Amino acid sequence: MRLGDNALILSQRLGEWCGHGPVLEEDIALTNVALDLLGQARLWLGYAGELTGRDEDQIAFLRDAGEFRNVLLVEQPNGDFAHTMARQFFFDLWHRLLLEKLSASKDERIGGIAAKALKEVAYHRRRSTDWILRLGDGTEESHARMQQAADDLWMYTGELFEMDALDKEMQQAGIGCDLAALREPWLNEVSRVFREGTLEVPKQSWMQRGGKRGIHSENLGHILAEMQFLQRAYPGAKW
Amino acid sequence: MTPDEIFQDRIDRGIKIEPKDYMPEGYRKTLIRQISQHAHSEIVGQLPEGNWITRAPSLRRKAILLAKVQDEAGHGLYLYSAAETLGVSRDQMIADLHSGKAKYSSIFNYPTLTWADIGAIGWLVDGAAIINQIALCRCSYGPYARAMVRICKEESFHQRQGYEILLTLCRGTKEQKAMAQDALNRWWWPSLMMFGPHDSESPHAEQSTKWKIKIVSNDGLRQKFVDQTVPQGEYLGLTFPDPKLKWNAVRGHYDFGEIDWQEFKNVIQGNGPCNRDRLRARIEAHEQGAWVREAAMAYAKKHENKAAA
Ligand SMILES: [Fe+2]
Ligand SMILES: [Fe+2]
Repeated sequence: MRLGDNALILSQRLGEWCGHGPVLEEDIALTNVALDLLGQARLWLGYAGELTGRDEDQIAFLRDAGEFRNVLLVEQPNGDFAHTMARQFFFDLWHRLLLEKLSASKDERIGGIAAKALKEVAYHRRRSTDWILRLGDGTEESHARMQQAADDLWMYTGELFEMDALDKEMQQAGIGCDLAALREPWLNEVSRVFREGTLEVPKQSWMQRGGKRGIHSENLGHILAEMQFLQRAYPGAKW
Repeated sequence: MTPDEIFQDRIDRGIKIEPKDYMPEGYRKTLIRQISQHAHSEIVGQLPEGNWITRAPSLRRKAILLAKVQDEAGHGLYLYSAAETLGVSRDQMIADLHSGKAKYSSIFNYPTLTWADIGAIGWLVDGAAIINQIALCRCSYGPYARAMVRICKEESFHQRQGYEILLTLCRGTKEQKAMAQDALNRWWWPSLMMFGPHDSESPHAEQSTKWKIKIVSNDGLRQKFVDQTVPQGEYLGLTFPDPKLKWNAVRGHYDFGEIDWQEFKNVIQGNGPCNRDRLRARIEAHEQGAWVREAAMAYAKKHENKAAA
């Protein structure tokens, strides 16, 4: 469910770019990533639905914000292109590390979905890494924007590595993995790319949290108001 | 024979013209105008449909719509490349779009007010586009004809998904069916306008036909569209907003009413409901993306130098 919500909300954000990208090729690429994530969300939510007797649309469209379990990072606004790419980069690195672990999950369905998603996410990661480098080491303006975006979003990265009771239970059962252990490889990779892109790794240490428990930022309510509009306005209708 | 006569002879014999071949300046200019207009239409056309991506009513529909809008951006790319073979840059074409010098299909100046509009666009707008584009697969300029062949392959999926949206609505609740009817009411006439003015009013028709840039007449294509679309609408159980629409057994075609040419002209001149919004959205995207494009270029240059050093 958490994986599905992460992919769904980030896809929803990327969908907002459609037709508004900085260059046509980028419009297509952003839509591509949005489509991949949406496909992954459907697989995760479909599986979660089988376990709880609901379909993917009931899960996506008929839950209120407090029931969503995505991390705060993915619901942050698109901002400028630098913010969108910083958000994507932080997420992609983590996503890839996580899916690598999950593809060895004892739950075969989870392992299968993770393995399939991993191929797509490897591409997402390459692409967002490229943009960090280009914008970081591009012009003075792009450098400043990229640094600003990284600084603004840094406080939402801590939550990615938080282990709560459910995570621990899953890890012990061999279904999930140790998220805290992903922090070091993640930070190494961020540092390496930032160094190459002449950027500084933000120093701030205080981290926002709550998304995984359903305590979100104000953003999520607006995202859902838009996303769920038709399902809410015409209850029970088939589309 | 003069170069122009040789050129015309090749066209008459059905030989495709390629970028390096001789071509009269008028042929080149007409093609640039037409292909870039077509490319701009694909790009601006992302906006009315993009308007519903974040509000699509199911995850499946959202995925289909995303894929469709992505296709349209891809069509824009193929077409810009085809136009570039005629010696005009993409930057120049985009500048002409933003200054208002180049046009795009007027259909995209109408708003998408409900989800049913996404169905209507697929069914009617893509439906009309297919009829146009199938004809253009036989046009005399090689790169354009080949781009059309590639594009046509994707278009039938666009039309099908639109029709399927409406079919679902028409089999749904009373409100959903009303939504579908309302969409047909608003999109029918603008779709017929997509084929352009009557051939008698069309300034370049004769020369374009001779050059095989235009293969079938505007009115011929429009008739084909009506004949194909009306039975599909009847199957949906919807009514067309044209009291004169009637099967004519003698002609073997549907008769239909006259288009409101006053509206047609006004929308082309910039007075449609969304002209300003559409153009502004494109200009904003372009301007706000300027620093990104500059950064990408600066980065590429730095690393080119490094590689050379
Ligand atoms: Fe298209
Ligand atoms: Fe299309």
